[in-house]
Amino acid sequence: MTARFIAPAVMGLLMLVLWEAIVRLAEIPPYVLPGPVAVARTLVADWGMLAPALGVTLTITLEALAAAVIVGVLLAVLFSLSRWVELSLFPYAIILQVTPIVAIAPLIIAWANDVDLSLLICAWLVAFFPILSNTILGLRSVDHNLLALFELYGAGRWKTLIYLRLPAALPYFLGGLRISGGLALIGAVVAEFVAGTGGNASGLAYRILEAGYQLRIPRMFAALVLISAAGIAIYLLLSLLSHLLLRRWHESAIGPEE
Amino acid sequence: MQLVGVRGVAKVFANGVKALDGASLDIEAGEFLSVLGPSGCGKSTLLRLIAGLTPASAGTIEWPAGKPDLGFVFQEPTLMPWATALANVELPLKLGGVARSEREARAAEALDHVGLAGFERTWPRELSGGMKMRVSIARALVTRPKLLLMDEPFAALDEITRRRLNTDLLELWQRTRFTAVFVTHSVFESVFLSQRIAVMSTRPGRVLSELAIPAPYPRTEAFGTSAEYAALCRLASAQLSEAMAA
Ligand SMILES: Nc1ncnc2c1ncn2[C@@H]1O[C@H](COP(=O)(O)OP(=O)(O)O)[C@@H](O)[C@H]1O
Ligand SMILES: [Mg+2]
Repeated sequence: MTARFIAPAVMGLLMLVLWEAIVRLAEIPPYVLPGPVAVARTLVADWGMLAPALGVTLTITLEALAAAVIVGVLLAVLFSLSRWVELSLFPYAIILQVTPIVAIAPLIIAWANDVDLSLLICAWLVAFFPILSNTILGLRSVDHNLLALFELYGAGRWKTLIYLRLPAALPYFLGGLRISGGLALIGAVVAEFVAGTGGNASGLAYRILEAGYQLRIPRMFAALVLISAAGIAIYLLLSLLSHLLLRRWHESAIGPEE
Repeated sequence: MQLVGVRGVAKVFANGVKALDGASLDIEAGEFLSVLGPSGCGKSTLLRLIAGLTPASAGTIEWPAGKPDLGFVFQEPTLMPWATALANVELPLKLGGVARSEREARAAEALDHVGLAGFERTWPRELSGGMKMRVSIARALVTRPKLLLMDEPFAALDEITRRRLNTDLLELWQRTRFTAVFVTHSVFESVFLSQRIAVMSTRPGRVLSELAIPAPYPRTEAFGTSAEYAALCRLASAQLSEAMAA
Protein backbone atom coordinates (compact mmCIF):
# COMPACT_ATOMS: atom_id res chain seq x y z
CA MET A 1 0.00 0.00 0.00
CA THR A 2 2.72 2.48 0.97
CA ALA A 3 4.83 1.31 -1.96
CA ARG A 4 2.06 2.56 -4.20
CA PHE A 5 2.74 6.11 -3.07
CA ILE A 6 6.45 5.97 -2.28
CA ALA A 7 7.58 4.41 -5.57
CA PRO A 8 6.08 7.08 -7.86
CA ALA A 9 7.07 9.86 -5.41
CA VAL A 10 10.71 8.80 -5.40
CA MET A 11 10.63 8.40 -9.17
CA GLY A 12 9.16 11.90 -9.61
CA LEU A 13 11.69 13.45 -7.28
CA LEU A 14 14.57 11.81 -9.16
CA MET A 15 13.27 13.13 -12.47
CA LEU A 16 12.95 16.66 -11.07
CA VAL A 17 16.50 16.59 -9.73
CA LEU A 18 17.77 15.28 -13.04
CA TRP A 19 15.84 17.97 -14.92
CA GLU A 20 17.19 20.74 -12.71
CA ALA A 21 20.74 19.35 -13.02
CA ILE A 22 20.59 19.21 -16.83
CA VAL A 23 19.20 22.74 -17.06
CA ARG A 24 21.96 24.08 -14.80
CA LEU A 25 24.88 22.11 -16.16
CA ALA A 26 24.00 22.75 -19.83
CA GLU A 27 23.10 26.33 -18.99
CA ILE A 28 19.84 26.10 -20.91
CA PRO A 29 18.15 29.53 -20.91
CA PRO A 30 14.72 29.68 -19.19
CA TYR A 31 12.95 30.75 -22.43
CA VAL A 32 13.93 27.39 -23.89
CA LEU A 33 13.51 25.12 -20.89
CA PRO A 34 13.07 26.42 -17.33
CA GLY A 35 14.12 24.14 -14.49
CA PRO A 36 11.60 22.96 -11.87
CA VAL A 37 12.87 25.54 -9.38
CA ALA A 38 12.21 28.38 -11.82
CA VAL A 39 8.76 26.95 -12.60
CA ALA A 40 7.93 26.76 -8.90
CA ARG A 41 9.09 30.34 -8.40
CA THR A 42 6.92 31.52 -11.28
CA LEU A 43 3.98 29.57 -9.90
CA VAL A 44 4.28 31.48 -6.65
CA ALA A 45 5.00 34.85 -8.26
CA ASP A 46 2.16 34.59 -10.79
CA TRP A 47 -0.32 32.97 -8.41
CA GLY A 48 -2.49 36.06 -8.41
CA MET A 49 -3.05 35.62 -12.14
CA LEU A 50 -2.98 31.82 -12.38
CA ALA A 51 -5.35 31.04 -9.51
CA PRO A 52 -8.39 32.79 -11.09
CA ALA A 53 -7.53 31.11 -14.40
CA LEU A 54 -7.49 27.74 -12.64
CA GLY A 55 -10.85 28.64 -11.11
CA VAL A 56 -12.33 29.39 -14.54
CA THR A 57 -11.09 26.14 -16.07
CA LEU A 58 -12.18 24.05 -13.09
CA THR A 59 -15.64 25.62 -13.08
CA ILE A 60 -16.18 24.74 -16.73
CA THR A 61 -14.79 21.26 -16.13
CA LEU A 62 -17.06 20.53 -13.19
CA GLU A 63 -20.14 22.01 -14.84
CA ALA A 64 -19.46 19.93 -17.94
CA LEU A 65 -18.96 16.82 -15.82
CA ALA A 66 -22.23 17.43 -13.96
CA ALA A 67 -24.06 17.91 -17.26
CA ALA A 68 -22.41 14.76 -18.61
CA VAL A 69 -23.60 12.76 -15.59
CA ILE A 70 -27.16 14.04 -15.88
CA VAL A 71 -27.51 13.61 -19.63
CA GLY A 72 -25.47 10.39 -19.76
CA VAL A 73 -27.44 8.63 -17.04
CA LEU A 74 -30.83 9.89 -18.27
CA LEU A 75 -30.10 8.77 -21.81
CA ALA A 76 -28.81 5.40 -20.60
CA VAL A 77 -31.97 4.85 -18.57
CA LEU A 78 -34.11 5.92 -21.51
CA PHE A 79 -32.23 3.54 -23.80
CA SER A 80 -32.66 0.70 -21.34
CA LEU A 81 -36.40 1.34 -21.12
CA SER A 82 -37.00 1.60 -24.83
CA ARG A 83 -35.21 -0.42 -27.46
CA TRP A 84 -36.51 1.92 -30.16
CA VAL A 85 -35.12 5.05 -28.58
CA GLU A 86 -31.77 3.33 -28.26
CA LEU A 87 -31.76 2.09 -31.86
CA SER A 88 -32.57 5.50 -33.22
CA LEU A 89 -30.34 7.63 -30.98
CA PHE A 90 -27.26 5.61 -30.09
CA PRO A 91 -25.56 5.95 -33.51
CA TYR A 92 -25.65 9.73 -33.11
CA ALA A 93 -24.09 9.51 -29.69
CA ILE A 94 -21.27 7.56 -31.33
CA ILE A 95 -20.92 10.15 -34.10
CA LEU A 96 -20.62 12.89 -31.49
CA GLN A 97 -17.99 10.84 -29.73
CA VAL A 98 -15.79 10.08 -32.74
CA THR A 99 -15.87 13.59 -34.20
CA PRO A 100 -12.71 15.40 -33.01
CA ILE A 101 -13.67 18.21 -30.67
CA VAL A 102 -11.20 20.65 -32.26
CA ALA A 103 -13.06 20.20 -35.52
CA ILE A 104 -16.50 21.10 -34.18
CA ALA A 105 -15.44 23.59 -31.52
CA PRO A 106 -15.35 26.56 -33.94
CA LEU A 107 -18.88 25.71 -35.06
CA ILE A 108 -20.14 25.50 -31.52
CA ILE A 109 -18.43 28.76 -30.62
CA ALA A 110 -20.01 30.47 -33.61
CA TRP A 111 -23.47 29.12 -32.81
CA ALA A 112 -23.54 29.47 -29.06
CA ASN A 113 -22.68 33.15 -29.21
CA ASP A 114 -21.44 32.97 -25.66
CA VAL A 115 -17.92 31.89 -24.81
CA ASP A 116 -18.63 30.22 -21.50
CA LEU A 117 -21.59 28.34 -22.88
CA SER A 118 -19.66 27.12 -25.91
CA LEU A 119 -16.75 25.95 -23.74
CA LEU A 120 -19.21 24.12 -21.54
CA ILE A 121 -20.82 22.42 -24.54
CA CYS A 122 -17.43 21.35 -25.90
CA ALA A 123 -16.25 19.93 -22.59
CA TRP A 124 -19.59 18.18 -22.13
CA LEU A 125 -19.42 16.63 -25.60
CA VAL A 126 -16.06 15.08 -24.80
CA ALA A 127 -17.06 13.92 -21.35
CA PHE A 128 -20.48 12.40 -21.69
CA PHE A 129 -19.90 9.33 -23.85
CA PRO A 130 -18.00 7.14 -21.34
CA ILE A 131 -20.77 7.74 -18.81
CA LEU A 132 -23.45 6.91 -21.35
CA SER A 133 -21.85 3.75 -22.71
CA ASN A 134 -20.71 2.45 -19.33
CA THR A 135 -24.08 3.05 -17.72
CA ILE A 136 -25.85 1.29 -20.60
CA LEU A 137 -23.51 -1.65 -20.16
CA GLY A 138 -24.20 -1.67 -16.42
CA LEU A 139 -27.98 -1.48 -16.81
CA ARG A 140 -27.75 -4.52 -19.08
CA SER A 141 -25.36 -6.51 -16.92
CA VAL A 142 -28.06 -7.60 -14.53
CA ASP A 143 -28.15 -11.22 -13.41
CA HIS A 144 -30.98 -12.70 -15.47
CA ASN A 145 -32.14 -14.82 -12.56
CA LEU A 146 -32.57 -11.69 -10.47
CA LEU A 147 -34.60 -10.24 -13.32
CA ALA A 148 -36.74 -13.38 -13.28
CA LEU A 149 -37.22 -12.96 -9.55
CA PHE A 150 -38.40 -9.37 -9.98
CA GLU A 151 -40.81 -10.55 -12.65
CA LEU A 152 -42.06 -13.32 -10.38
CA TYR A 153 -42.91 -10.80 -7.67
CA GLY A 154 -44.69 -8.57 -10.15
CA ALA A 155 -42.22 -5.67 -10.05
CA GLY A 156 -42.84 -3.34 -12.99
CA ARG A 157 -40.23 -1.53 -15.05
CA TRP A 158 -39.77 1.24 -12.53
CA LYS A 159 -39.22 -0.92 -9.49
CA THR A 160 -36.91 -3.13 -11.52
CA LEU A 161 -35.01 -0.05 -12.62
CA ILE A 162 -34.69 1.47 -9.17
CA TYR A 163 -34.06 -1.60 -7.05
CA LEU A 164 -32.17 -3.74 -9.55
CA ARG A 165 -30.81 -2.11 -12.68
CA LEU A 166 -29.50 1.11 -11.17
CA PRO A 167 -27.62 -0.52 -8.28
CA ALA A 168 -26.21 -3.13 -10.66
CA ALA A 169 -25.05 -0.34 -12.98
CA LEU A 170 -23.38 1.71 -10.24
CA PRO A 171 -19.86 0.21 -10.53
CA TYR A 172 -19.94 0.63 -14.31
CA PHE A 173 -21.20 4.20 -14.01
CA LEU A 174 -18.42 5.06 -11.56
CA GLY A 175 -15.84 3.59 -13.92
CA GLY A 176 -17.20 5.82 -16.69
CA LEU A 177 -17.27 8.81 -14.36
CA ARG A 178 -13.55 8.46 -13.62
CA ILE A 179 -12.74 8.53 -17.31
CA SER A 180 -15.14 11.41 -17.93
CA GLY A 181 -13.61 13.53 -15.17
CA GLY A 182 -10.30 13.65 -17.01
CA LEU A 183 -11.99 14.07 -20.37
CA ALA A 184 -14.04 17.03 -19.16
CA LEU A 185 -10.83 18.80 -18.22
CA ILE A 186 -9.25 17.98 -21.57
CA GLY A 187 -12.39 19.17 -23.36
CA ALA A 188 -12.41 22.44 -21.43
CA VAL A 189 -8.75 23.12 -22.16
CA VAL A 190 -8.98 22.20 -25.85
CA ALA A 191 -12.04 24.36 -26.33
CA GLU A 192 -10.33 27.28 -24.62
CA PHE A 193 -7.40 26.92 -27.00
CA VAL A 194 -9.72 26.94 -29.98
CA ALA A 195 -11.75 29.86 -28.66
CA GLY A 196 -8.56 31.70 -27.73
CA THR A 197 -10.59 34.36 -26.00
CA GLY A 198 -9.23 37.15 -23.87
CA GLY A 199 -11.49 39.03 -21.53
CA ASN A 200 -11.30 39.13 -17.79
CA ALA A 201 -12.43 35.61 -17.06
CA SER A 202 -9.95 33.47 -18.95
CA GLY A 203 -8.87 29.98 -18.11
CA LEU A 204 -5.52 28.28 -17.94
CA ALA A 205 -5.34 27.40 -21.62
CA TYR A 206 -5.62 31.04 -22.57
CA ARG A 207 -2.87 31.86 -20.08
CA ILE A 208 -0.67 29.31 -21.83
CA LEU A 209 -1.38 30.83 -25.24
CA GLU A 210 -0.74 34.31 -23.92
CA ALA A 211 2.50 33.32 -22.20
CA GLY A 212 3.58 31.64 -25.44
CA TYR A 213 3.13 34.85 -27.42
CA GLN A 214 5.12 36.73 -24.82
CA LEU A 215 7.79 34.03 -24.65
CA ARG A 216 7.21 33.63 -20.92
CA ILE A 217 8.05 29.97 -20.96
CA PRO A 218 8.24 29.47 -17.15
CA ARG A 219 4.67 30.74 -16.89
CA MET A 220 3.58 28.29 -19.57
CA PHE A 221 5.09 25.51 -17.50
CA ALA A 222 3.47 26.80 -14.33
CA ALA A 223 0.04 26.79 -16.02
CA LEU A 224 0.73 23.31 -17.35
CA VAL A 225 1.59 22.10 -13.86
CA LEU A 226 -1.72 23.44 -12.60
CA ILE A 227 -3.68 21.67 -15.35
CA SER A 228 -1.96 18.36 -14.56
CA ALA A 229 -2.52 18.85 -10.84
CA ALA A 230 -6.21 19.58 -11.47
CA GLY A 231 -6.50 16.41 -13.58
CA ILE A 232 -4.84 14.29 -10.92
CA ALA A 233 -7.01 15.81 -8.18
CA ILE A 234 -10.19 15.10 -10.15
CA TYR A 235 -9.12 11.51 -10.73
CA LEU A 236 -8.25 10.95 -7.08
CA LEU A 237 -11.50 12.49 -5.85
CA LEU A 238 -13.59 10.37 -8.21
CA SER A 239 -11.64 7.26 -7.20
CA LEU A 240 -12.32 8.04 -3.58
CA LEU A 241 -16.03 8.52 -4.30
CA SER A 242 -16.07 5.21 -6.12
CA HIS A 243 -14.33 3.47 -3.27
CA LEU A 244 -16.71 4.91 -0.68
CA LEU A 245 -19.78 3.84 -2.62
CA LEU A 246 -18.57 0.35 -3.47
CA ARG A 247 -16.39 -0.72 -0.57
CA ARG A 248 -19.19 -2.68 1.11
CA TRP A 249 -19.96 -4.99 -1.71
CA HIS A 250 -18.10 -4.67 -4.98
CA GLU A 251 -15.04 -6.78 -5.77
CA SER A 252 -13.21 -3.82 -7.30
CA ALA A 253 -13.20 -1.97 -3.98
CA ILE A 254 -12.25 -4.89 -1.76
CA GLY A 255 -8.58 -5.30 -0.99
CA PRO A 256 -6.89 -8.72 -1.12
CA GLU A 257 -6.08 -8.68 2.60
CA GLU A 258 -9.72 -8.53 3.63
CA MET B 1 -56.08 -31.76 -3.35
CA GLN B 2 -54.39 -31.01 -6.62
CA LEU B 3 -52.41 -27.76 -6.76
CA VAL B 4 -50.93 -27.77 -10.26
CA GLY B 5 -51.71 -29.75 -13.37
CA VAL B 6 -49.14 -29.68 -16.15
CA ARG B 7 -50.89 -30.97 -19.26
CA GLY B 8 -48.95 -31.99 -22.34
CA VAL B 9 -46.65 -29.01 -22.23
CA ALA B 10 -44.11 -28.38 -24.99
CA LYS B 11 -41.47 -25.68 -25.16
CA VAL B 12 -39.59 -24.73 -28.29
CA PHE B 13 -37.06 -21.92 -27.92
CA ALA B 14 -36.50 -19.21 -30.50
CA ASN B 15 -33.35 -20.96 -31.70
CA GLY B 16 -35.38 -24.08 -32.50
CA VAL B 17 -34.30 -26.15 -29.49
CA LYS B 18 -37.19 -28.30 -28.28
CA ALA B 19 -36.68 -28.49 -24.53
CA LEU B 20 -39.97 -30.12 -23.57
CA ASP B 21 -42.50 -32.17 -25.50
CA GLY B 22 -45.70 -33.53 -24.05
CA ALA B 23 -44.69 -33.10 -20.42
CA SER B 24 -47.47 -33.88 -17.96
CA LEU B 25 -47.30 -33.79 -14.19
CA ASP B 26 -49.73 -33.47 -11.30
CA ILE B 27 -48.61 -31.79 -8.12
CA GLU B 28 -50.55 -32.32 -4.92
CA ALA B 29 -50.89 -29.58 -2.35
CA GLY B 30 -48.46 -30.03 0.51
CA GLU B 31 -46.36 -32.78 -1.01
CA PHE B 32 -42.60 -32.92 -1.47
CA LEU B 33 -41.99 -33.80 -5.09
CA SER B 34 -38.64 -34.22 -6.78
CA VAL B 35 -38.13 -33.90 -10.50
CA LEU B 36 -35.22 -36.11 -11.48
CA GLY B 37 -33.58 -36.06 -14.87
CA PRO B 38 -30.29 -35.87 -16.71
CA SER B 39 -28.71 -32.48 -17.24
CA GLY B 40 -30.18 -30.60 -20.21
CA CYS B 41 -33.48 -32.51 -20.26
CA GLY B 42 -35.61 -29.44 -19.60
CA LYS B 43 -36.02 -29.48 -15.81
CA SER B 44 -35.28 -25.78 -15.40
CA THR B 45 -37.55 -25.00 -18.32
CA LEU B 46 -40.38 -26.96 -16.72
CA LEU B 47 -39.93 -25.09 -13.45
CA ARG B 48 -39.89 -21.71 -15.20
CA LEU B 49 -43.05 -22.65 -17.06
CA ILE B 50 -44.81 -23.54 -13.81
CA ALA B 51 -43.63 -20.26 -12.28
CA GLY B 52 -45.03 -18.38 -15.28
CA LEU B 53 -41.63 -16.94 -16.19
CA THR B 54 -41.87 -18.23 -19.73
CA PRO B 55 -44.89 -19.23 -21.85
CA ALA B 56 -45.51 -22.77 -23.07
CA SER B 57 -45.40 -23.44 -26.83
CA ALA B 58 -48.17 -26.01 -26.46
CA GLY B 59 -50.23 -27.54 -23.67
CA THR B 60 -51.52 -25.88 -20.53
CA ILE B 61 -50.72 -25.43 -16.89
CA GLU B 62 -53.79 -25.62 -14.69
CA TRP B 63 -54.31 -24.28 -11.21
CA PRO B 64 -57.57 -25.89 -9.96
CA ALA B 65 -57.60 -23.80 -6.79
CA GLY B 66 -56.12 -20.67 -8.38
CA LYS B 67 -52.48 -19.72 -8.70
CA PRO B 68 -50.99 -19.26 -5.24
CA ASP B 69 -48.03 -17.18 -4.14
CA LEU B 70 -44.88 -18.99 -5.02
CA GLY B 71 -41.23 -18.89 -4.15
CA PHE B 72 -38.32 -19.73 -6.42
CA VAL B 73 -34.81 -20.86 -5.52
CA PHE B 74 -32.20 -20.93 -8.27
CA GLN B 75 -29.10 -23.06 -8.55
CA GLU B 76 -27.00 -20.02 -7.63
CA PRO B 77 -27.95 -18.00 -4.55
CA THR B 78 -28.79 -15.03 -6.85
CA LEU B 79 -28.48 -12.43 -4.10
CA MET B 80 -28.11 -8.71 -4.69
CA PRO B 81 -24.47 -8.05 -3.72
CA TRP B 82 -25.25 -4.44 -2.78
CA ALA B 83 -27.77 -5.43 -0.13
CA THR B 84 -27.35 -7.05 3.29
CA ALA B 85 -28.77 -10.49 4.03
CA LEU B 86 -31.79 -8.86 5.65
CA ALA B 87 -32.40 -6.50 2.73
CA ASN B 88 -32.12 -9.41 0.32
CA VAL B 89 -34.73 -11.40 2.21
CA GLU B 90 -36.94 -8.32 2.46
CA LEU B 91 -37.00 -7.88 -1.30
CA PRO B 92 -40.21 -9.83 -2.14
CA LEU B 93 -42.07 -7.95 0.59
CA LYS B 94 -40.70 -4.63 -0.57
CA LEU B 95 -41.85 -5.35 -4.12
CA GLY B 96 -45.21 -6.36 -2.69
CA GLY B 97 -45.57 -3.02 -0.91
CA VAL B 98 -45.32 -4.28 2.67
CA ALA B 99 -44.49 -1.56 5.22
CA ARG B 100 -40.90 -1.32 6.36
CA SER B 101 -41.24 -2.36 9.99
CA GLU B 102 -43.32 -5.42 9.19
CA ARG B 103 -40.97 -6.24 6.35
CA GLU B 104 -37.93 -6.20 8.58
CA ALA B 105 -39.58 -8.28 11.27
CA ARG B 106 -40.71 -10.93 8.81
CA ALA B 107 -37.35 -11.03 7.03
CA ALA B 108 -35.54 -11.43 10.35
CA GLU B 109 -37.91 -14.26 11.24
CA ALA B 110 -37.28 -15.96 7.89
CA LEU B 111 -33.53 -15.70 8.42
CA ASP B 112 -34.00 -17.21 11.85
CA HIS B 113 -35.91 -20.14 10.32
CA VAL B 114 -33.01 -21.01 8.03
CA GLY B 115 -30.55 -20.84 10.92
CA LEU B 116 -29.11 -17.42 10.17
CA ALA B 117 -30.26 -15.40 13.16
CA GLY B 118 -27.62 -12.76 13.87
CA PHE B 119 -26.52 -12.49 10.25
CA GLU B 120 -29.04 -9.79 9.28
CA ARG B 121 -26.43 -7.10 8.64
CA THR B 122 -23.96 -9.35 6.83
CA TRP B 123 -23.11 -8.74 3.19
CA PRO B 124 -23.41 -11.61 0.70
CA ARG B 125 -19.68 -11.63 0.00
CA GLU B 126 -19.03 -12.33 3.67
CA LEU B 127 -21.19 -15.47 3.63
CA SER B 128 -20.16 -18.99 2.65
CA GLY B 129 -21.83 -20.74 -0.29
CA GLY B 130 -24.12 -22.69 2.03
CA MET B 131 -25.10 -19.60 3.98
CA LYS B 132 -25.87 -17.69 0.79
CA MET B 133 -28.14 -20.53 -0.23
CA ARG B 134 -29.89 -20.30 3.14
CA VAL B 135 -30.48 -16.60 2.55
CA SER B 136 -31.89 -17.46 -0.85
CA ILE B 137 -34.29 -19.97 0.71
CA ALA B 138 -35.29 -17.46 3.38
CA ARG B 139 -36.06 -14.94 0.64
CA ALA B 140 -38.22 -17.48 -1.19
CA LEU B 141 -40.11 -18.38 2.00
CA VAL B 142 -40.57 -14.87 3.40
CA THR B 143 -43.87 -14.36 1.56
CA ARG B 144 -45.09 -17.66 3.06
CA PRO B 145 -45.73 -19.15 -0.38
CA LYS B 146 -47.93 -22.19 -0.90
CA LEU B 147 -45.54 -23.50 -3.51
CA LEU B 148 -41.75 -23.51 -3.38
CA LEU B 149 -39.95 -24.23 -6.65
CA MET B 150 -36.29 -25.16 -6.29
CA ASP B 151 -33.95 -25.60 -9.25
CA GLU B 152 -30.99 -27.76 -8.18
CA PRO B 153 -30.44 -25.42 -5.24
CA PHE B 154 -27.64 -27.42 -3.62
CA ALA B 155 -25.88 -28.74 -6.73
CA ALA B 156 -22.96 -26.33 -6.41
CA LEU B 157 -22.33 -27.04 -2.72
CA ASP B 158 -19.97 -29.51 -1.12
CA GLU B 159 -21.28 -32.85 0.14
CA ILE B 160 -21.28 -31.99 3.83
CA THR B 161 -23.03 -28.65 3.39
CA ARG B 162 -25.52 -30.26 1.05
CA ARG B 163 -26.48 -32.88 3.64
CA ARG B 164 -27.06 -30.28 6.32
CA LEU B 165 -29.16 -28.17 3.98
CA ASN B 166 -31.17 -31.22 2.91
CA THR B 167 -31.98 -32.04 6.52
CA ASP B 168 -32.80 -28.43 7.36
CA LEU B 169 -34.96 -28.06 4.27
CA LEU B 170 -37.01 -31.11 5.28
CA GLU B 171 -37.43 -29.71 8.75
CA LEU B 172 -38.63 -26.38 7.32
CA TRP B 173 -41.03 -28.19 5.04
CA GLN B 174 -42.48 -30.25 7.90
CA ARG B 175 -42.90 -27.15 9.99
CA THR B 176 -44.39 -24.88 7.33
CA ARG B 177 -46.04 -27.36 4.97
CA PHE B 178 -45.55 -25.58 1.70
CA THR B 179 -45.68 -27.65 -1.46
CA ALA B 180 -42.13 -28.39 -2.55
CA VAL B 181 -40.99 -29.07 -6.10
CA PHE B 182 -37.32 -29.92 -6.02
CA VAL B 183 -35.43 -30.29 -9.28
CA THR B 184 -32.26 -32.37 -9.10
CA HIS B 185 -30.05 -34.63 -11.15
CA SER B 186 -29.02 -36.58 -8.07
CA VAL B 187 -30.78 -39.88 -7.40
CA PHE B 188 -29.61 -39.88 -3.76
CA GLU B 189 -30.88 -36.42 -3.06
CA SER B 190 -34.27 -37.05 -4.62
CA VAL B 191 -34.81 -40.27 -2.67
CA PHE B 192 -33.69 -38.73 0.60
CA LEU B 193 -35.93 -35.70 0.31
CA SER B 194 -39.14 -36.52 -1.41
CA GLN B 195 -42.40 -38.39 -1.09
CA ARG B 196 -42.58 -38.82 -4.83
CA ILE B 197 -40.12 -38.64 -7.71
CA ALA B 198 -41.01 -37.69 -11.28
CA VAL B 199 -38.38 -39.07 -13.65
CA MET B 200 -37.79 -37.18 -16.89
CA SER B 201 -36.50 -38.41 -20.24
CA THR B 202 -33.63 -36.86 -22.16
CA ARG B 203 -34.42 -33.84 -24.33
CA PRO B 204 -37.08 -33.12 -25.41
CA GLY B 205 -38.07 -33.81 -21.83
CA ARG B 206 -41.25 -35.33 -20.52
CA VAL B 207 -42.16 -37.18 -17.35
CA LEU B 208 -41.65 -40.85 -18.15
CA SER B 209 -42.29 -42.49 -14.81
CA GLU B 210 -43.03 -41.81 -11.18
CA LEU B 211 -41.77 -43.42 -8.02
CA ALA B 212 -43.26 -43.15 -4.54
CA ILE B 213 -40.89 -42.97 -1.58
CA PRO B 214 -43.01 -44.28 1.29
CA ALA B 215 -40.45 -43.71 4.08
CA PRO B 216 -41.78 -41.62 7.00
CA TYR B 217 -40.51 -38.22 8.12
CA PRO B 218 -38.48 -36.94 9.88
CA ARG B 219 -35.79 -38.48 7.73
CA THR B 220 -32.47 -38.49 9.45
CA GLU B 221 -28.92 -39.63 8.91
CA ALA B 222 -30.18 -43.12 9.90
CA PHE B 223 -32.58 -43.18 6.95
CA GLY B 224 -29.73 -42.14 4.65
CA THR B 225 -27.74 -45.22 5.64
CA SER B 226 -30.62 -47.71 5.81
CA ALA B 227 -31.11 -50.68 3.52
CA GLU B 228 -34.52 -49.29 2.60
CA TYR B 229 -32.87 -46.12 1.33
CA ALA B 230 -30.31 -48.09 -0.67
CA ALA B 231 -33.05 -50.19 -2.26
CA LEU B 232 -35.08 -47.12 -3.19
CA CYS B 233 -32.02 -45.49 -4.70
CA ARG B 234 -31.43 -48.58 -6.81
CA LEU B 235 -35.01 -48.43 -7.99
CA ALA B 236 -34.85 -44.73 -8.84
CA SER B 237 -31.54 -45.25 -10.56
CA ALA B 238 -32.99 -48.01 -12.71
CA GLN B 239 -35.91 -45.78 -13.69
CA LEU B 240 -33.54 -42.98 -14.57
CA SER B 241 -31.49 -45.31 -16.81
CA GLU B 242 -34.69 -46.43 -18.46
CA ALA B 243 -35.76 -42.86 -19.01
CA MET B 244 -32.43 -41.97 -20.54
CA ALA B 245 -32.52 -44.96 -22.85
CA ALA B 246 -36.08 -44.27 -23.99
N1 LIG C 1 -33.43 -19.47 -23.35
C1 LIG C 1 -33.06 -20.55 -24.05
N2 LIG C 1 -32.89 -20.45 -25.39
C2 LIG C 1 -32.52 -21.55 -26.09
N3 LIG C 1 -32.32 -22.77 -25.58
C3 LIG C 1 -32.48 -22.92 -24.26
C4 LIG C 1 -32.85 -21.83 -23.41
N4 LIG C 1 -32.94 -22.27 -22.15
C5 LIG C 1 -32.62 -23.58 -22.19
N5 LIG C 1 -32.36 -23.98 -23.45
C6 LIG C 1 -32.03 -25.37 -23.88
O1 LIG C 1 -33.10 -26.19 -23.52
C7 LIG C 1 -32.61 -27.41 -23.03
C8 LIG C 1 -33.14 -27.68 -21.64
O2 LIG C 1 -32.58 -26.72 -20.76
P1 LIG C 1 -32.85 -26.73 -19.20
O3 LIG C 1 -34.31 -26.65 -18.96
O4 LIG C 1 -32.01 -25.68 -18.60
O5 LIG C 1 -32.31 -28.18 -18.77
P2 LIG C 1 -31.94 -28.74 -17.32
O6 LIG C 1 -32.36 -27.75 -16.32
O7 LIG C 1 -32.65 -30.04 -17.22
O8 LIG C 1 -30.47 -28.95 -17.31
C9 LIG C 1 -31.11 -27.36 -23.09
O9 LIG C 1 -30.68 -28.01 -24.27
C10 LIG C 1 -30.81 -25.89 -23.16
O10 LIG C 1 -29.65 -25.67 -23.91
MG1 LIG D 1 -31.19 -26.60 -14.99
